Amino acid sequence: MTATTPAAATPPATGSVSGQRNYPSHGRPFWQRLLLRRETAIIALLVVVIIVASASVPHFAAPITYNFLLLDMAPVLLIALPMTLIIITGEIDLSVASAMGLSSSIVGLLTQAHWPFAAAAGIALVVGAIGGAVNGILVTRVGLPSLAVTIGTLALYRGLAQGLLGTTAVTSFPTFWTDLATSTLLGTLIPSVTILIVVLAILFGVLLHFTPFGRGIYAIGLSTDAAAFSGVKLQRTKFILFMLAGLVSALAGIFYTLRFGSARGDNATGLELSVIAAVLLGGVSIFGGRGALPGVLAGALLIGVLASALRLAGITSDVINVITGTLLVLSVILTSFLAWVQRTRLSAGRKRRETRGPASS
Amino acid sequence: MFQTRHSVRVAGVAALAASALLLAGCAGTASSGSSGGGGGSKNYAITFLPKNLGNAYFDTSDAGGKKAITEFKGTYAEVGPATAAPDAQVSYINTLTQKQVGAIVLSADDQKAPCSAINQAQKAGVKVVTFDSDTAVGCRDLFINQATAEGIAKVEVDMIAKQINDSGEIAILSASANATNQNAWIELMKKDLAANHPNIKLDDVVYGNDDDQTSFDKTAALLQTYPNLKGIISPTTVGIAAAARYISTSAFKGKVAVTGLGTPNQMKAYVKDGTVTAFALWNPGDLGYLAAYAAKALIDGTITGKEGDSFKAGTLGTFKVGADGTVLLGDPFQYNAGNIDQFNF
Repeated sequence: MTATTPAAATPPATGSVSGQRNYPSHGRPFWQRLLLRRETAIIALLVVVIIVASASVPHFAAPITYNFLLLDMAPVLLIALPMTLIIITGEIDLSVASAMGLSSSIVGLLTQAHWPFAAAAGIALVVGAIGGAVNGILVTRVGLPSLAVTIGTLALYRGLAQGLLGTTAVTSFPTFWTDLATSTLLGTLIPSVTILIVVLAILFGVLLHFTPFGRGIYAIGLSTDAAAFSGVKLQRTKFILFMLAGLVSALAGIFYTLRFGSARGDNATGLELSVIAAVLLGGVSIFGGRGALPGVLAGALLIGVLASALRLAGITSDVINVITGTLLVLSVILTSFLAWVQRTRLSAGRKRRETRGPASS
Repeated sequence: MFQTRHSVRVAGVAALAASALLLAGCAGTASSGSSGGGGGSKNYAITFLPKNLGNAYFDTSDAGGKKAITEFKGTYAEVGPATAAPDAQVSYINTLTQKQVGAIVLSADDQKAPCSAINQAQKAGVKVVTFDSDTAVGCRDLFINQATAEGIAKVEVDMIAKQINDSGEIAILSASANATNQNAWIELMKKDLAANHPNIKLDDVVYGNDDDQTSFDKTAALLQTYPNLKGIISPTTVGIAAAARYISTSAFKGKVAVTGLGTPNQMKAYVKDGTVTAFALWNPGDLGYLAAYAAKALIDGTITGKEGDSFKAGTLGTFKVGADGTVLLGDPFQYNAGNIDQFNF
């Protein structure tokens, strides 16, 4: 709603409508801009869903719900961070869940070969970053569309993961590490992994919203040419983002492996869709240039809270998928719908204003 | 000013749409939100958690469980993921723990992944029984085993012996050359044949790789290579269906017996047209039925899951807990023209 009204559609004649300022996204007071963002709507919806679920679904209000919820959603929350940045540039990375599977396989294989766990995890992270860099090179240097590249690497990394471990599962991980993955913060039921999520969320938030690099990300998403002419290092930015996505996916893969104590080639299959759903639900435009991290985090949590509440209410997984899917479609439609409403109302208002007189009351 | 009022109204529309969506969700919640908790002093709320929903095999087994639970007046429920993934059952186990059901009966998607969730459930007093597919031994109370390797090998040899009057040449159409289960069964079959059926000669073991077309071609090759072949055993559901399909449309129909492990829906046509006299598999309905009674016995406290415990399972009789907390359903179930119509999986 904020940035979608094209500036060109507002001729100087109607400048009086929005006060002295000429560019529409800053045409309203700060509190309105804050309240009327799609991110705010998602956060509000999350709060409402939590309140309603706590009141109407038995057992939902218990603190343990949030423990399970955060553990379940941790990989999605983690990967959604770099994914948000990538989607804001107008690209996409579909290979993240496969990168998780690959990282899981590598950790499993090296642990089985009696490597210390920390070393195995280190190698997995390096492989994850390399995997992301391969995506990055193919997108930036070779100039292929990221959709095609990452569909390819989705299959490639998953194939490698399953090739490395075959049909076996590695289940013998040091209890120190597996306990750490499911541990909670002292005296609470908040999982320790929350710290990791918060720290990374702050890092990515600062990177996106408060650095020139982050402004460059938005610029690329709004107009590649304009960004290039304003000196944004297009290729370098995208390359770094894909590498970060690979790295964070590997990290999520390690967490996933430890949480379930089971390394398998098919771990986290299909998780990329949950991540992208969370990002889009959080108000990021799939066409790039729009979105903010707080909305994405709320989007991921909203998906988790809905699933958790509906499961507790005894609703089957198919229905849960239908509801989550509908919500996603509605949220995407809503953006276009609101933009359209605003446009038509604006022009209607202009016309009415021009013909004001006898008809007005 | 004008524009501001618009935006507020637009936001109102958005909020309305969102709340309508929520209300729809809540309506569903209210109608099916009855939480578990059976009547009486014992909590007979037993929930089945199959590998995935919409799977005819688990529909059959869970229906067996429902029948048992109705018999002892418990509360039956079935939940599960849409697709079988290693971690898919964990959130369901967590949810059932929160709802404080009496027992969870699950077919595990992964040996290890559900374990920490199961441990949490057990700490909260929930009994956990696995069936069909086990977890690691330490992490559940009981495993209901559908069949032993010995039982499966014996029923297949017995069926072929009966169908070819205990004499003649046979061959085995297996899955892949390194399939662990099939190789164990084939070893046991060879021993059984050598010891008890001296007039049956095993010509060859061939591998269809659990691929329909390969199994079909291997069947054709077997029949050409061994003109005196009287029977084929296929200890895999893909193999037996492919072999039966080949023979049903060939001159060998009625002359070469086909048996092994198959599922009723796959085999119904071949049993009806006379290609196949009998084949075996466990009865998933009985498996679910037994698992439900095992869960009840654990809830009652009459058994704890240690070796030597015994409990009564309705119409199936009395069962004993074996090593590693395993309960054996019994000999595999034989399907033939007389009973195949009762099954749908």
